[in-house]
Amino acid sequence: MLHVEALTKTFDGFLAVNQASLTVEKGDVVAVIGPNGAGKTTLFHLITGQLTPTSGTIYFKEEDIAGLAPYRVCRKGISRSYQVVNIFNRLTVFENVQVAVLSYRKQTFNLFQPAKAMAVKETRQILDSVGLLGKEETTSGALSHGDQKVLEIAIALGNRPELLILDEPTAGMSPEETAVTLQLMKQLSRNMEITILFCEHDMGMVFSIASKIMVMQAGQSIIQGTPDMVRSNPQVRKAYLGGSDKCSR
Amino acid sequence: MIKALFNIKSAVTCGGILTILLLLPPFVPRFYIYLMALIFATVLLATSLNMVLGFGGMFQFHHTVFYGFGAYAFALMATKSGLPLWVGYIIAPVCSSLLGLLLGLITVRLTNLYFGMLQLSLGSLVWALAYRWYSFTGGDDGIHGIPLPDLISSSTGAYYFNLIVTVICLMVMYMIVNSPFGRTFQGIRDNPERCLAVGIDVQRQQLVGQVVASFFAGVAGTLFVTVEGSVFPDLMFWTLSLEVLIMCLLGGWFIFMGPALGATIIITLRTFVGIYTEYWTLILGIVLMLLIFFLPEGVLGLFLRKSGSADTKGVVDAAR
Repeated sequence: MLHVEALTKTFDGFLAVNQASLTVEKGDVVAVIGPNGAGKTTLFHLITGQLTPTSGTIYFKEEDIAGLAPYRVCRKGISRSYQVVNIFNRLTVFENVQVAVLSYRKQTFNLFQPAKAMAVKETRQILDSVGLLGKEETTSGALSHGDQKVLEIAIALGNRPELLILDEPTAGMSPEETAVTLQLMKQLSRNMEITILFCEHDMGMVFSIASKIMVMQAGQSIIQGTPDMVRSNPQVRKAYLGGSDKCSR
Repeated sequence: MIKALFNIKSAVTCGGILTILLLLPPFVPRFYIYLMALIFATVLLATSLNMVLGFGGMFQFHHTVFYGFGAYAFALMATKSGLPLWVGYIIAPVCSSLLGLLLGLITVRLTNLYFGMLQLSLGSLVWALAYRWYSFTGGDDGIHGIPLPDLISSSTGAYYFNLIVTVICLMVMYMIVNSPFGRTFQGIRDNPERCLAVGIDVQRQQLVGQVVASFFAGVAGTLFVTVEGSVFPDLMFWTLSLEVLIMCLLGGWFIFMGPALGATIIITLRTFVGIYTEYWTLILGIVLMLLIFFLPEGVLGLFLRKSGSADTKGVVDAAR
């Protein structure tokens, strides 16, 4: 489904992503792990068009999407959430998701129909699936951090993505909130058959949900494989997991 | 559809105000009729600015260039073309929106302050043209004695015409603000980056917003000519843009009717304080300072909050 090859991004000579490769098949839940500054977020920015790659290719459903504008990448079927909360602060929870649904339905240039009555069912459905239904009239800026992170995912679902990219979906969440988000991701993958690509520092979470794991270090992709393969790879143990048993809990 | 757009309380309030305005002319002196007709034009101007400023988050620093352009287009049509006078009321706003399209094509490539500064400089070019091109625009003298259709050439006629056109335009703008386009526009205001990530072509959206707002500014320009019967380059000067910007902030730029209230307050203030001192802008400056410190949601925002009919405080807090 997604095939990244020899992807490189330099910032003034600094190699943020260096010859990285990544493959995501339909139905996969792929985790990208690696220490801070390994280039995970940059990789996601490159795939979703926020950044233009210096070199390399990104194929999504047999089509080269490298260098496309973010809104074009989204229209191809890739949605994303952000590491730092990135929502529409002054809009209500309902309106936040509705903006994405209206965009998906190509209604953004409709000037004369009341938006209030549009895409209501679909928007409520999404809010229901992430557990935000009781809060739809709350101004999103006033939500708790955990709820805002969930709303992040809800907005991304508004475009009915085939591939959902989540940048540290549980960063800053309490253990309870993390458990809920983990459950949500499982549900999205199983019930809604959405392919998920995410990065995360919480190893417990990564190993409990990911079907494949890609390890990055200093901009390079060291290995991609099943959790067992990654866990037993000596290079990974040395470079990232520090030889400890951290990943086997 | 009506139900989806209006709540009963605000519909009754607006209906009441409109009825009073319709019945008013026989009972008040002519000067006030003139003043109110001018306020209507300014209300439309301020609301059209707020459509892109408060609801679109665009730093529209030189909005009155579209207002002045509409006024000049109407004046030139009326004095030079020989076409029926009513036609000007349609063609002038179209001219304004074309100018909006032209400037927009260049400016929407930039964001925030850069957008605003570029618009300011391009708009000033248009002003310079009007200011210097004596043979065509009358230069710094402007154009005076512009003929108007008989029906609206009296001050009462102009009052009713401006009132009706303004009300219709406000209703259309209200619909636009509450349409999917408006909702998307508010999304762009809050977070353009996220809008791109959900598949919205932000620049094109802003360009359309710019064209629509310039159209209504152009309509406001023709209403100005209807009241004053003249045009002059000051209509396109950047200080006027600043004044209209202050109207939006004063009234409350996250509320649809906020700028209308702001426009009414400023025009009234200018007229009556202007009688006593030519330094009336000093008062304006003090008003603005108090506003920033104590009323970030604007006068109407405060009023609505006190009456408990809108959660504007939360909105403003979230915005900070």
